[in-house]
Amino acid sequence: MFIVKYRKFFYALSVLLIAGSVAALWLWGLKPGIDFKGGSIIEVEYASSTRPVISAVQPSLDKLDLGEYSIRETGAEGFIIRTKELAPEAHDAVIGVLKVNGANLTEKRFDSVGPILGEEALQKSWMSIALVLLAIVLFITFAFRGVSRPVKSWKYGVIAIIALAHDIIIPAGVFALLGHIAGIEVDTLFVTALLVVLGFSIHDTIVVFDRVRENLKHNHEGKQKKSFDVIVGESINQTFVRSVNTSLTTLIAIFVLYLAGAEATRHFSLALLVGIAAGTYSSIFLGSPLLVTVYAWQEGKKA
Amino acid sequence: MWKKRISALVLLVLAYGVAHFAYINKESYRLGLDLSGGTHLVFNADTSNLAPSEIDDAMTSLANVVEKRVNLFGVSEPIVQVETGGVIGQTDHRLIVELPGVTDVKQAVDLIGRTPVLDFRLVKPGADKLTDAEKAKATYDDIFVQTGLTGRYLSHANLEFDQTTYAPRIAITFNDEGAKLFGDITKANIGKPLAIFLDGEPISTPVIQTEITSGNAVINGTFTVDEARSLVRDLNLGALPVPISLASTQTVGATLGKGALDASVFAGIIAFIAVGIFLIFWYRISGIVATIALAIYVALNLALFKLIPVTLTAAGIAGFVLTLGMAVDANILIFERMKEELRRGLDLPAAIKEGFHRAWLSIRDSNLSSIITAVILYYFASTPVIKGFALVFGLGVVVSMFTAITASRTLLIAVGAKGNSKFARFFFSSGISHN
Repeated sequence: MFIVKYRKFFYALSVLLIAGSVAALWLWGLKPGIDFKGGSIIEVEYASSTRPVISAVQPSLDKLDLGEYSIRETGAEGFIIRTKELAPEAHDAVIGVLKVNGANLTEKRFDSVGPILGEEALQKSWMSIALVLLAIVLFITFAFRGVSRPVKSWKYGVIAIIALAHDIIIPAGVFALLGHIAGIEVDTLFVTALLVVLGFSIHDTIVVFDRVRENLKHNHEGKQKKSFDVIVGESINQTFVRSVNTSLTTLIAIFVLYLAGAEATRHFSLALLVGIAAGTYSSIFLGSPLLVTVYAWQEGKKA
Repeated sequence: MWKKRISALVLLVLAYGVAHFAYINKESYRLGLDLSGGTHLVFNADTSNLAPSEIDDAMTSLANVVEKRVNLFGVSEPIVQVETGGVIGQTDHRLIVELPGVTDVKQAVDLIGRTPVLDFRLVKPGADKLTDAEKAKATYDDIFVQTGLTGRYLSHANLEFDQTTYAPRIAITFNDEGAKLFGDITKANIGKPLAIFLDGEPISTPVIQTEITSGNAVINGTFTVDEARSLVRDLNLGALPVPISLASTQTVGATLGKGALDASVFAGIIAFIAVGIFLIFWYRISGIVATIALAIYVALNLALFKLIPVTLTAAGIAGFVLTLGMAVDANILIFERMKEELRRGLDLPAAIKEGFHRAWLSIRDSNLSSIITAVILYYFASTPVIKGFALVFGLGVVVSMFTAITASRTLLIAVGAKGNSKFARFFFSSGISHN
């Protein structure tokens, strides 16, 4: 009951977080990685303490046709260089420059994506987001078709979508902020993380809604005449431990992945961490209380 | 009771067998290039000159030709496959080439791309009436028209020397289809020039004297002997039936790949232990059961990775670690439900039964949403990384439904808790509550 009773406070917190995220997105936007905009990334590592200073290689790099490029240090002995899309020959030229004074280096990775593939990846990302959302609304409407009193099943769907929007706007905002302060880019894995968050969050919301559905049925059959907000409050309480625990085990796994996993999936696990935390919050503190609010509006109109 | 214990024992023995299978022969897991090191290349094929009905054939023969070339260089287990993609409203045909162990991109691209594109073109009607100024401005496409006869129809090429000038020249023989095409073209165009294009440049423009049905032709050019010899070799290796251009490359050094693999596996082990500790701490006996079920889940998944086989990437393993956390959700749902039933005054066996029964709807509905996400991700994956993730994630969700429900129920029932004693209740309840 606590959560339903103080729902306005929880709404306010969500609104605040969303406002902050939207502001970050509006101010700085997301920095697209080469997956989306095309370009190349070269990562090299020098043998122990032979890495030249950046200013030693920059003049030679400037002479190459690299577009707007950036070079920054990574780890103790490495460089990461971002350029426009490079042909193999241009790539070799860059490596040649980096081997100033015969420095011994190994190339750890070279990624190059053409602009067409980038555009395609972007389009596919939007399409998969749209499809996942659509599938989820249809699914919820279908799964809750039996529940139409006192709140119609499509309203469960709409509320679930609001909760979902909350869950992806927040990690997007966090990445806009990180892009601004740390230059972190978003790639196709980031979109994948958002989609997983969508799936996870709906999964959480469904468990709570499912309980509401069951309790409504009990109430109806048992002629207990409990009010709607009491039923929702009870349902939240009954599923609270489960929601928190499932999120906890998932967050534990992702946190370990973030700390110990491969470098390649670090930002991916960060996006998941933020998204799943937001998702858990929204299914407990946003989704179900919203049911009560919607119900209150309905009743208010009738009166 | 004994019957139930035996079935639990059988389950454990089976699980051990599966785990053993997953553990032995670790080399047989298929690793993606980001973990094993190597180069992933995407080529765009220019099919604009082909009729739509010909494209599939041309792409297949393109893949065959490239595969031949790649094999020549002794790369172990290369992958060459055709793919379609493109933004909405147009279809791009692509060739994906994966070269494990190759990190020299330039060498790799040369090895694939430096195949001559051979084709034969006729002069456009009216092109000979162009003024010199117009000729200077005209592109090849303004002057020549393609005949559809390309290197695809080549059977083989030989180096020859002109009888009188001793200049090297190249004799080519078409296959049956090519010979027929060549015959038709020469028959219909006697007295007209037929230009031979190599890599988009005309190298020789002989005039057709007579219909040639034998399928033989000779390319005279200003070759040196060495040039002619390597051209013959390249033509015999297979001229590319479709011109290709490099669209994307991805190269991962072997050390980075090994590091990523070790880190991913390490993270997986730690995540398993951490989740297990949490479960046992919170759910006690049930937690132990859930942890065993989770171990069975891991073994089953790994065995499937090997059997299918699934190409494991860093993202794929991340997806698997993610499902470690999510797989126990079904167990948590069940245990929480059990706890409630206990609270309502049911005895343990009844509570276990009710717990499983009532949690099922939630488990089904919530997992379905994850499966939907995985399927959409898989079909709209723009990179193999995403595809790998989606496959592992989807597989994990399906397997987890089995292990969390079937395996843990069998085990939990076999523990054989009965009655209503404080002791039993303590070990089957959870958290910090005292019921």
